[in-house]
Amino acid sequence: MSVPVRMADEAPFQFLHNEVIHYIYKSAENGETENGKNITKLENMGFRVGQGLIERLTKDTARFKDELDIMKFICKDFWTCVFKKQIDNLRTNHQGIYVLQDNKFRLLSQLSAGKQYLEHAPKYLAFTCGLVRGALSNLGVKSIVTAEVSVMPACKTHITCPSSDQRHSHKD
Amino acid sequence: MAVCIAVIAKENYPLYIRSVPTQNELKFHYTVHTSLDVVEEKISAVGKSLGDQRELYLGLLYPTEDYKMFRKLHNSFTDVMCNPFHNPGDTIQSKAFDGIVSGMMVQTG
Repeated sequence: MSVPVRMADEAPFQFLHNEVIHYIYKSAENGETENGKNITKLENMGFRVGQGLIERLTKDTARFKDELDIMKFICKDFWTCVFKKQIDNLRTNHQGIYVLQDNKFRLLSQLSAGKQYLEHAPKYLAFTCGLVRGALSNLGVKSIVTAEVSVMPACKTHITCPSSDQRHSHKD
Repeated sequence: MAVCIAVIAKENYPLYIRSVPTQNELKFHYTVHTSLDVVEEKISAVGKSLGDQRELYLGLLYPTEDYKMFRKLHNSFTDVMCNPFHNPGDTIQSKAFDGIVSGMMVQTG
């Protein structure tokens, strides 16, 4: 059975995502706009969604061989399900660090391609970082996920898996 | 038909456990716990063999289980996870899940 792609259309999700960001910043306590708390809220939302989403997506897939296998799944099936396209480039140092490059990140493509909104880009990446972190979490991989934008609308997602650097240290 | 059904979180604590009411319920709980060891054995064995058995279902741990039952259970588990009011890590308190489980348990009078 193939992965169900009958998820809601792209446009409603993008509109909703934009509204969520707008709402969170509007209702920030002292009207502070550059508050780390807002980014954290967005990331946590994405985390919970990622957890549920990955359960649905991997219901019928085979067990993953290793971490790299999991990352490839994220780059292909997971990214396709959420953004209707795959990750353009995956790089790793085979020691727990992965860089996922999306040259035309869907959630940024509606913003101007110049430098005008570059400083606001992190707001639009927070939810997606949480999404990836939540998905990995329910696959048993603890990770730290950050994203950076140097040229709109290309986006690089950095995934760091701390437990992969150490040699099988079992911490109970 | 099952006499005991349990869903264990990845941190090794039970999210949901239900058994047919008999005198040795505790025995079932212990059995569930020991079966975790068997699961772990199977998983590490699979890691070594070349990706032959990549099914989520690890097969009969002891010859009394049913694959269809596992599928139904996994599907309702996925539904529970997608419930926005459920926090992952909490015990499962969904009536729908209870219903599915009752359908699978041995019926006693």
